[in-house]
Amino acid sequence: MTPAGARSGDGPLLDVRDLSVRFTRRGEPDTVAVDGISFDIEPGEVVGLVGESGCGKSVTSLAIMGLLPGRGPKVGGEVRFGGDDLLALSDSALRERRGRDLGMVFQDPLSSLNPVVPVGVQITEALTRHRGMDKKAARTEAITLLERVGIPDPARRVTSYPHQMSGGMRQRALIAIALACRPRLLIADEPTTALDVTIQAQILELLRELVAETGTALMMITHDLGVVAGLCDRVNVLYAGRIVERAERHRLFATPRHPYTHGLIGSIPRLDSDPELELPAIPGSVNDNLPWDTACAFAPRCPREIGRCTEVTPGVETAASRLLRCHNPVPATSA
Amino acid sequence: MSAPTTWARRRRARIDDTAQGRSLGADALRRLRRNPVAITGAVIIAVFVLISVFAPLLAPHGPAEAFPQLLDRLRPGEIPGAQDGFPLGSDQNGRDEFSRMILASRQTLLVGVLATVFGLVFGVLIGVVAGAVGGWADTVLMRVTDVLLSIPSLLLAISVAALAARPSQTTVIIAVALVNVPIFARLLRGSMLAQRESDHVLAATALGVKRPAIVVRHMLPNAIGPVIVQATLTLATAILDAAALSFLGLGDADPARAEWGLMLATAQPYLDVRPALALYPALAIIVVALGFTLFGEALREALDPKGRR
Amino acid sequence: MLRFVVRRLVQVVPTLLILSVLLFAWLRSLPGGPAGALLGDKATPEGIAALNRTLGLDQPIPIQYLRYLGRALSGDFGASLISGDPVLAEIGRALPATIELSVTALLIAVLAGIPLGYLAARYRGRPWDNVTILGTLVGVAVPVFFLGYVLKQIFAVELNLFPPSGRLAVDLDATRVTGFAILDGLLTREFDASADAIAHLVLPAIALATIPLAVIVRITRASVLDVLDSDFVRTANAKGLAPGTVRGRHVLRNALLPVSTTIGLQTGLLLAGAVLTEKVFNWGGLGTLIAEGIERRDYPRLQAIVLLGALIYVIVNLLVDLSYALIDPRVRLR
Repeated sequence: MTPAGARSGDGPLLDVRDLSVRFTRRGEPDTVAVDGISFDIEPGEVVGLVGESGCGKSVTSLAIMGLLPGRGPKVGGEVRFGGDDLLALSDSALRERRGRDLGMVFQDPLSSLNPVVPVGVQITEALTRHRGMDKKAARTEAITLLERVGIPDPARRVTSYPHQMSGGMRQRALIAIALACRPRLLIADEPTTALDVTIQAQILELLRELVAETGTALMMITHDLGVVAGLCDRVNVLYAGRIVERAERHRLFATPRHPYTHGLIGSIPRLDSDPELELPAIPGSVNDNLPWDTACAFAPRCPREIGRCTEVTPGVETAASRLLRCHNPVPATSA
Repeated sequence: MSAPTTWARRRRARIDDTAQGRSLGADALRRLRRNPVAITGAVIIAVFVLISVFAPLLAPHGPAEAFPQLLDRLRPGEIPGAQDGFPLGSDQNGRDEFSRMILASRQTLLVGVLATVFGLVFGVLIGVVAGAVGGWADTVLMRVTDVLLSIPSLLLAISVAALAARPSQTTVIIAVALVNVPIFARLLRGSMLAQRESDHVLAATALGVKRPAIVVRHMLPNAIGPVIVQATLTLATAILDAAALSFLGLGDADPARAEWGLMLATAQPYLDVRPALALYPALAIIVVALGFTLFGEALREALDPKGRR
Repeated sequence: MLRFVVRRLVQVVPTLLILSVLLFAWLRSLPGGPAGALLGDKATPEGIAALNRTLGLDQPIPIQYLRYLGRALSGDFGASLISGDPVLAEIGRALPATIELSVTALLIAVLAGIPLGYLAARYRGRPWDNVTILGTLVGVAVPVFFLGYVLKQIFAVELNLFPPSGRLAVDLDATRVTGFAILDGLLTREFDASADAIAHLVLPAIALATIPLAVIVRITRASVLDVLDSDFVRTANAKGLAPGTVRGRHVLRNALLPVSTTIGLQTGLLLAGAVLTEKVFNWGGLGTLIAEGIERRDYPRLQAIVLLGALIYVIVNLLVDLSYALIDPRVRLR
């Protein structure tokens, strides 16, 4: 597989500007799931989007793909991809891009596959639609794809139904579907969360290989910094719908500046840590959040909270390809 | 209402649960009060119940009272319509249709409620025994239930009512109730079984709570929701089934007693002469059945934890 | 597959046996027994005793049951008290009429119900959806026989568009081959007979179809909504498939699974509804046999028809389970 125009053109492949998603409900205040976030992804780059459940990372990915439910949420901002604003495209134009330029892998491989359609057909339907293949060619290609994602005996598996496969195999099939048309960007939304630990590592390894081989850019959405550590070039840390810190992977792990990032990294178990010592955890839950309009949402759970945090919204500081949103960041030398 | 994806629904449900910590019952009630469907159903039911409770006060005449001034004008091909003192005119026997319509609400409610209650009580008993005891009792009870369920419901009611020596209100009630016994039994057994495997029952068992206490305190309250919904919906079908039995000549044989299903059935020969005689009770049945159905559906929606948003 | 069918058919046997025992026991438990019920108000002890002797009811009850069962197994369900004919022959004559009516009603319900339910789900919350839901609720609340009369009054009596009752015009000299009026017309090339049979069929079929239609619309709507919400539809959309492909291959193919089960359960409603509809339209099928049997207390006939109704119901649901296994690969027949 050759990267199809993966590194052509100037500027980022994906440029998300001030994206916001709010859910409106009759008779109740809006729920702001994504609160004006901006980030970009270069061609072939692997970018992480990290945060707890409910921080808006999945909503972000669905908004980029145009897959949010029809009439519920209001989406604002811009999602520039290959010169177009995806949010402004018509449904049919967006359908042309989805699957061809943008692929997506979901969290739960069992529910994400159609239970009554053979896996092979679920691959070939994308091939016949976007790559103009006839049925026979698409079937051959589907077998090649299944083989590439490491499914044994692909010629037989092509007629299998999802329930006849193991969880790991299903996720491999889902990846094969997403990569079938050699998209320029692959979005993976918690692709390993529903899998056994041993399988998780295999799937991550597979993703890493495929990205390197095809030149596809990857947007990795996860709550698990461990996943990010081995895979991503750059990492965005999300909290309550806003990006609180962004940095290159090595610098983020070496010197986390935001107390939240610091806490997340601190709570990863390490082989060399004292087994008697309790793992540090971030106290409280997202329910304690303050509104961003008048404060730092993280303040109630923050060990470094100072008076200003509950009174003034922290501004965004950018320096040397880092981004930080904090009144009282962790000193750069402390980690 | 929007169509949120599963993740959004899960998220909202979680936020609702943890943030506000409402009990399922209070939450259901709150959503019922906001639901126009539930309110419509409740209003219809309330009006119906009020009329039937105060029927003897509201009805100007008795159900069997025939009036000379109506009888005089009653002849083949003519049934007198509305006139002074008789707002809905005469029935086919020279009685006041208006009074009969009002008094009939009481009998209709009686048939519907009794048939539902008997079906419910026996069904719940069978379901609890089968679901709580399991094993041998479960097999036998469910076998019989399956047999009853394998007969189309109205056919079962017909055979029960038809086999009775003389049709009466009692046979109608028994027939309609019997149809509903297996439905309630199956429903309750199903949710009891689900409860038996659930974590909170396992936890109670692990803590050494005695079995009857678990059944009564932990399993029944959680299993009863769908049963209440089914009972509300059954009130509608019971009234309709009773009307169908009357239509087939299996209804109450007492001509003095006014009941909507019976009135509708006995008006059939006079459709050409005065269709209103069928129309009034038919509309009453439709509206009341609709009322119970609307309320039952709204209740089902309100009690569904998936729908808590 | 074959083993599954055989096993299920074997399961039907005890069901029917228990049912026959229940019917039998209920009948014997009546005051005065069936003879008392038969004679009704005119029952005297002497009359009952005489009738009991003629009907063989003076024997011990288990013996009576075994004799009934033995005859029933050889296809002898006794003679109708009304016509004196064997009950089975009566049923055989009436069955085609009921099947013709029920199948037509079911076709109407399925062919109209699935699209209506799908559209309601697709335009969820809009006026169209609300109208459809309200329609289904009202549809279930209207007594079938009343609807039949209303249709008859409007479209047959007032507008004179359709014949008001019966299966064929009396003056039409149609040849009977299979008993299915439409089919017979085609087979004998008496096309006017087929057309006449269809005209007779329209109103009763619509009346009979309302409740199944309402149920199918609601199930389809709920099921489509459920599937639209599911992750695999999101995957299909993420592939950028054409809307038609998403709808057909992903939404409908999954949404119709629960609908197909419902269709099996509807046959029960159809059999029961047929009794009422046939009486309104004087249709002359099983329903008419039942209605007549009720009026005249024809127990052999009723007993046989109830057993037959249960048998049909069970077999149709077996067929539904089999077809379910064909469309859902997850279901394995064991």
